[in-house]
Amino acid sequence: MTTTEEIEQHSPDDRSVGIVESQKMTLFEPPNRLRLASGAEIGPIEVTYETYGELSPRKDNAIFVCHALTGDAHAAGWPSTSQKKAGWWDEFIGSGKGLDIDGSFVICENVLGGCQGTTGPGSLNPETGTLYCQDFPFLTVGDIVTVHAELVRKLGIERLLAAVGGSLGGMQVLEWAAREPHAFDAAIVLASAAKLSAQGIAFNAVGRRAISTDPAFADGRYYDTEGPKFGLALARMLAHITYLSDVSIEMKFGRRLQEGGNLAYDMQHEVEFQIESYLHYQGTRFVQRFDANSYLYLTRAMDYFDLHERYGSLTNAFAKSDARFLVASYDTDWLFPTSQSQEIVRALLTLGKHTTSVEFGSPYGHDSFLIEHEQLAAMVAPYLEQAAEHRRLHEQRLARETTRQASASPG
Amino acid sequence: MSGRRTKPPRAIKTPKVVRRYCMTDPAAELTDGVILQHIPDNTRVIDLGCGDGRLLERLREERKARVLGVEWDLEQVLGTVRRGVAVIQADLDHRLPDIPSNSFDVAVLSQTLQQVRRPKTLLVEMLRIAQRALVVIPNFGYWRIRLQVLRYGRAPVTEELPYEWYNTPNLHFMTMTDVCDLAAQLGIHVRKIIPLINGRAVENAWAPNLRAQNVFYVLERPEAGTVATLEASSPAVDLRDFGE
Repeated sequence: MTTTEEIEQHSPDDRSVGIVESQKMTLFEPPNRLRLASGAEIGPIEVTYETYGELSPRKDNAIFVCHALTGDAHAAGWPSTSQKKAGWWDEFIGSGKGLDIDGSFVICENVLGGCQGTTGPGSLNPETGTLYCQDFPFLTVGDIVTVHAELVRKLGIERLLAAVGGSLGGMQVLEWAAREPHAFDAAIVLASAAKLSAQGIAFNAVGRRAISTDPAFADGRYYDTEGPKFGLALARMLAHITYLSDVSIEMKFGRRLQEGGNLAYDMQHEVEFQIESYLHYQGTRFVQRFDANSYLYLTRAMDYFDLHERYGSLTNAFAKSDARFLVASYDTDWLFPTSQSQEIVRALLTLGKHTTSVEFGSPYGHDSFLIEHEQLAAMVAPYLEQAAEHRRLHEQRLARETTRQASASPG
Repeated sequence: MSGRRTKPPRAIKTPKVVRRYCMTDPAAELTDGVILQHIPDNTRVIDLGCGDGRLLERLREERKARVLGVEWDLEQVLGTVRRGVAVIQADLDHRLPDIPSNSFDVAVLSQTLQQVRRPKTLLVEMLRIAQRALVVIPNFGYWRIRLQVLRYGRAPVTEELPYEWYNTPNLHFMTMTDVCDLAAQLGIHVRKIIPLINGRAVENAWAPNLRAQNVFYVLERPEAGTVATLEASSPAVDLRDFGE
């Protein structure tokens, strides 16, 4: 869920990660296959990811960034081909920024089922030699995390320092903590929830319906045409409203007219208010960079996400995790309201986990975590420093104990 | 408004403003010291209104305590995060129900009870969360306050918080007698009272309600038993409270 347009406008600064290049890796190659939650199997999976900073010799400084619904692996820096396309979290990842690349190694991978370089419905099905389209198997957040974890293993990292994500990215972090209790030292969950609310499902349903009822959708086999661009644009326009707040819309657009002057009193005049024009623009831009089938699969994965249901209870879900948790919400976020973060916090406190929770003030609604970089960095940077320090001390203690035991044991 | 001016009935004499006495806040070293003395090793401690987490960091290092802070002010929350201390940003008047019952051994509340809207509820909540509560509060029964009210007819203010009566965060003025009275009413066991007099903790002081500027209380649930059993307590968490 990115307002990438907002973020792309700034230019490279001296704290940027600089020129970056996406990398590719093939996972689940034969004879291995990825077994999905639905029971279906798929493979091989090609993943696209980017990394920033240096992996330490001890491989103890890796931070995995889980992107949100429509994000991609390009989280920071600029690709060599374009000075314009800054990563979606460029202002948060860099030298001395929230995720400080002087000292940490940041990984961001496009999700399974996505359309920005990782295997998804628009990819070639090696078994049939045609594009998957809707033959792509049903996806869950758990499946997405399985692929993340495999990439991390392939990179030779035994345990991450942290996993960080907002919105659907936060869901991935939570799921990861539940299924791999020793995967990381710190879980940072922003503007997220342990289950998608009924309201969230409702908005996703309307978005999907807009796509599937577009005549150009053609049951998802549209890749040789322009595809359901009107439906996808409409889905984005609707979703985009849910990422904003009434305050931010009022601040940015108010009732201002697109062409100034007066109301036209003309039904043929479709776009009169600035907010209308903005939403149309968002819709059009989105169609250029996103695949309708991926949108359908990923919103469905989000709908299905419910840690209570999957693990019996939230306390069951997190019981074995040895991570510390930072759970942050935003006061104007009505899509993932603070009450949903508090639910996670209650479960963590019940388990006696090292839990930090905060509600940031921001006018930007759900998108705040992509916009309020300084506010977030002030919290996340020291938090990660402390997590790293804790890990160092813990490993030293373990090493001392091992030495003691070795010297105590005869022979 | 008739617009007709009438002669004021009688000239009202404005009371002469005199330099007023300000309640002194005890130094952090003093309260931290007294609190530290009353927390055994290896306990679980929650500090309500933990500020920048200074006390909790000491408890973690010196007492091997498992600690959690609760703080409303974001700047202070950040300070706590910088110490690596877990902290929940919350308003003590509303969010405490999120903290599970019996999830801590000791709940600390320093210089805050007089500032919350519902101190009685807070006390009850503290003893739901932990078996033992350590509370430091100003004692408005201190003789200079009494004298000031009597002689100049002025409401008490504290030194560290030089507010006027209309904007002070101190919503409640209580004395030692009042606190003990409330404890009795709630069936709370007052295990210990240490008056803080002129920057010193004076156990068994004479006329404490007259002499103490601040007071340190150790409060326990009636069924909590002795300090010894508290140390041996197990993390009995009632999940039913959270519908889990």
